[in-house]
Amino acid sequence: MDFTDLTIKSAAELIAHKKVSAKELAEMSLKRIKEVDDKLHAFLYVAEKESLVQAQNVDEMVIAEGENFSLTGIPYALKDNILYKGMQATAASKILEGYKATYDATIVKKLNEESPVLMGKTNLDEFAMGSSTENSAFGPSRNPFDTSRVPGGSSGGSAVAVASGQVLFALGTDTGGSVRQPASFCGIVGFKPTYGRCSRYGLIALGSSLDQPGVLAKTVEDAAAVLQLMAGSDVHDSTALLKPVPDYSQFLKEDLKGMKIGVPKECFGEGIDPEVKAVIQSAIKKMEEMGGTVSEMSLPHFSLALACYYIILPVEISANLSRYDGIRYPLSIPGQTLEEVYYNTRSQGFGPEPKRRIMIGTYASSAGYFDAYYKKARAAQQLIRKDFIDAFKKFDLIVTPTTPTPAFKFGEKSDPLSMYLADIFTVGLNIAGVPGMSVPAGVTKEGLPVGIQLIANHFAEEKLFHAGHALEKALNLKLKPKL
Amino acid sequence: MAISLDEVNRIAKLARLSFSDEEKQKLQHELSEILNYVDQLKAVGDKVETETYDADALNLMRDDVAEEMTDPEIFLAQAPAREGKFIKVKSILE
Repeated sequence: MDFTDLTIKSAAELIAHKKVSAKELAEMSLKRIKEVDDKLHAFLYVAEKESLVQAQNVDEMVIAEGENFSLTGIPYALKDNILYKGMQATAASKILEGYKATYDATIVKKLNEESPVLMGKTNLDEFAMGSSTENSAFGPSRNPFDTSRVPGGSSGGSAVAVASGQVLFALGTDTGGSVRQPASFCGIVGFKPTYGRCSRYGLIALGSSLDQPGVLAKTVEDAAAVLQLMAGSDVHDSTALLKPVPDYSQFLKEDLKGMKIGVPKECFGEGIDPEVKAVIQSAIKKMEEMGGTVSEMSLPHFSLALACYYIILPVEISANLSRYDGIRYPLSIPGQTLEEVYYNTRSQGFGPEPKRRIMIGTYASSAGYFDAYYKKARAAQQLIRKDFIDAFKKFDLIVTPTTPTPAFKFGEKSDPLSMYLADIFTVGLNIAGVPGMSVPAGVTKEGLPVGIQLIANHFAEEKLFHAGHALEKALNLKLKPKL
Repeated sequence: MAISLDEVNRIAKLARLSFSDEEKQKLQHELSEILNYVDQLKAVGDKVETETYDADALNLMRDDVAEEMTDPEIFLAQAPAREGKFIKVKSILE
């Protein structure tokens, strides 16, 4: 058995038929981490001892042979901005170095009902601000398909851990594309739910009106199995709505008959890499061959999404990050006065990107500028949201490239704005609150993965699983990095 | 829109961040570039469309009853300074 070829589904079957134990899976995962992670740096913390204890406990639970638990004993990883009680949660920032989570995130509690085995905490851009993991205070992760290139971000460590076969799935967070974009760069599936589908309790807050936890997995079916457990309301997060969660496994069909698919013309213009464009167009053609009705359409305000995002998000960041002041968390740089403690801790604890965004957010929400920036951005947000709602009266699904280019090289996007533009196709979904998924669609001549982004209406996640699963079966890519 | 060094200083103070002169100049340039980009929002009219909400979303309420919470000790143990059951801070009044 090659551990790197396992999916959640195939491993769960092995466990159900007692062909492998949870402990053996955890050992295989640890072995793989030891083999490749020096080179890739997906993990900020490997839970070597904890995972073996946890796996042993799973094996001791009485599981009747053949009984099907989808995640029981499955090795997985968590992005290091998701709280797991007693384990570090640094958000890849020096300001949280030494901090240990004091409770479990709700999504972790929900997963734990089926006892998957946590292998460790993965790297990210500091506080999830970035698209490459180059903003991590602890060094970047590397793309397993080409280690001179970025894995994408901010959930880059989670994407690398899955793509390089170190774990079978990982959780990330997606505020503007942070699950979908690294999934696209690393040739795996990245799923962002509707805002309100999953609880945010226990995620280190970035932009509270935009954040959602997401899934990084090898197949669409695996992503559906993880979301199935994660989704639902929470007494600790009133934005996680009380809406029934459908049985997603019922929607994993293999054709697209009757599905109306819209292709926004705004996403195929200037700035898109020709190879990416070709891969996406051929995937769209495939969807048509499978019975989908494809038509060109328009999302007239989609192009405003990035500008809108870079006001709303920094304003929320400047508020959310004000809690890091040297009083409650371990890092505290001394000063003569209380105010000096604030200045010293924040100036030395935060890296350049969080500081930059705190500055923009503070500016845009300060007296005299609020109407010109924040109010405008909220108005634009309503227009973008309405575009999607109107479009979904006519279409079941909208498809775009996940990113305008394949994985870029380290250092290539050194000015902040060019890095922000890497998220141009993904941020609009967070602004509108709709769900999206990146599915591998092909590779460039150099062998770099390209993902297609599927978008559905609010709470229509099942359509993404339906279309994604069908496309994945039809393309049959089986991307695997050579390491 | 370009922002001045004075503005950078004003915002830094509001955000409780300190920067070297070199960092300030870099920020002045970067923030101006980002603000120029977001200026395209000016094309959006002042009229905010009616907010659209999901009609079958239900508000989530819980009963107002006391629950057992996490042991305070695990919070206190992580604070940089403490005295007994309290987090210790510098005095705020002269």
